[in-house]
Amino acid sequence: MTADSSFSIQAEKLTKKFGDFTAVNEITMNVKRGEIFGFLGANGAGKTTAMRMLCGLSTPTAGEAVIAGCNVYKEVEQIKKRIGYMSQKFSLYEDLTIVENVEFFGGIYGMSRSDLKNKSEALITKLGLQNEVKKLVGSLPLGWKQKLSFSVAILHQPEIVFLDEPTGGVDPITRRQFWDLIYDAADAGITVFVTTHYLDEAEYCNRISIMVDGSIAALDTPTNLKKKFNTESMDDVFYELARGAKRGDN
Amino acid sequence: MQTSFSSLKNQLFSFVRKEFYHVLRDKKVLLILFGLPVVQVLLFGFVLSNEVKDSRLVIVDMAKDEASRQLTNKFEASRYFETDLISANEADIEVAFRRGKIKAAIVFPSNFQYDLQHGNKTQLQIITDGTDVNQANTINGYISSIVYNFVSESNQQTVPYRVVPEIRMLYNPQLQGAPNFVPGVMAMVLMLVCVLMTSVSIVREKELGTMEVLLVSPMQPALAIISKALPYLLLSFLNLLIIIALSVYVLDVPVKGNIFLLISVSTLFIVTCLSLGILISTNTNTQQEAMFVSLIGMLMPTMLLSGFMFPIENMPLALQIVSNIVPSRWYYIIVKDVMIKGAGIESIWMETLILGGMGLFFFVVSMKKFKIRLA
Repeated sequence: MTADSSFSIQAEKLTKKFGDFTAVNEITMNVKRGEIFGFLGANGAGKTTAMRMLCGLSTPTAGEAVIAGCNVYKEVEQIKKRIGYMSQKFSLYEDLTIVENVEFFGGIYGMSRSDLKNKSEALITKLGLQNEVKKLVGSLPLGWKQKLSFSVAILHQPEIVFLDEPTGGVDPITRRQFWDLIYDAADAGITVFVTTHYLDEAEYCNRISIMVDGSIAALDTPTNLKKKFNTESMDDVFYELARGAKRGDN
Repeated sequence: MQTSFSSLKNQLFSFVRKEFYHVLRDKKVLLILFGLPVVQVLLFGFVLSNEVKDSRLVIVDMAKDEASRQLTNKFEASRYFETDLISANEADIEVAFRRGKIKAAIVFPSNFQYDLQHGNKTQLQIITDGTDVNQANTINGYISSIVYNFVSESNQQTVPYRVVPEIRMLYNPQLQGAPNFVPGVMAMVLMLVCVLMTSVSIVREKELGTMEVLLVSPMQPALAIISKALPYLLLSFLNLLIIIALSVYVLDVPVKGNIFLLISVSTLFIVTCLSLGILISTNTNTQQEAMFVSLIGMLMPTMLLSGFMFPIENMPLALQIVSNIVPSRWYYIIVKDVMIKGAGIESIWMETLILGGMGLFFFVVSMKKFKIRLA
């Protein structure tokens, strides 16, 4: 597979097996630079495993992938420098203040103190958190925390940011604000790779893929998918695909 | 190269600073870190001593002569006894024992002085409360040494041919409890703080979900481990100084050997314990689990198998063998030798090597484990 610099993520027949169980089965996708790519699928469909491989957290069993221009087998350390990650669990330190969190996460990406100082000031102004600077993160409302978490994930200006169900448990207004941040990031040239269970959010994406039983069952723009399945809503598309699934919670 | 070095420095600096925030903001952790050593040292120093002080002693003096009075004076002068003179009959003694009022009784026979000066044999009855065997033995020892002392003083001129054994307890002439337990408490506290705190602090990141974010970051696992352990190394070092200061200034147990040797070897022990803590954290997933393993797996053996509470020589062979893998056993020997006996490196090099070997082993294994988890 040749690396194409217009793509941030290129995966070809990427597979992960745990013993006899094939968690991810030959998934192939190309995500363009600056694209917002939705990664959908029912629980247990293999989304998290696929994402872990793309982040360099898990070595694929077979297949190939180039992430931010780096080979997923050989250049894991390079990948880590070029991606940002926000997990579905809230993952800032609650016993640290906003600034301390920003300084820590910037620091482990190797950012210098002066660089960090400017970045964290800009971040706080952008989020309108000037009055909360000295507060511990634990005392902030969930919506703020998630926005902060996202801003921290893109602090070091990664090429791609991976978001694992970033809006779980957040109210609709904050979700909307959160998506504004995602658009800003995409406009700034950051590729956004996002998993979600909210199908209205899927409509905000440039393209989406839907995983069923470890494979990608559909991959296209939301409009094209709705056309293809001859329906008005993404809910129906998802239901149509996912109801045949053998794996899952039930 | 310059940039990668400065980014490493930034990573290390930010991580260590973050760890300090965690520790300094958690009052419970602070309490365990600094309250525990102080409480333990003072507890063992003053309360849990195997010295028996101020035992109530009843003296039944049937002789009422000069010799009996002289000996009685010696008992009164001893800090181990609080004497109570009752001239009454021996039946009262049993009543006093039964009520638990007294720990020992001494009965002078009526012709005490006469026998002492004329006969070869003088009898003196010593009665102790046998329900607590250890205490009774200790008190017997105290009484015997006072009597022996008295006899040898008064007989110096009169009997020329005698073997006078001069008993000296080396390194601890007053048979104080403190010199014996300070090394033990040092081993216990350092073990507890290093192993427990480190393992819990790493596992907490797993529980909170921040570990995932750390693993996605370009931070090298080795560097993450080192920055995790560094603050605890510093805090344990501070702890070590506190314990030494407490034992020297509060318990009057001086450091006989080279203090720098003591501190360096203790630092080695701290590093060993930190590696052990990291190893535990790589094998556990919840804070409770980590705490449980640290307490049951580390603290209990330290208390029971390091020789601090029970002599290793008296253990069954199987336990003696097991005690060899308890790091605190070796550290306990080192501290006892350096601090109490004043020994130098030449007598503790073997223990030091064993301790260092263990530390290296734990470190290498935990590094391996940490990396495997990443794959």
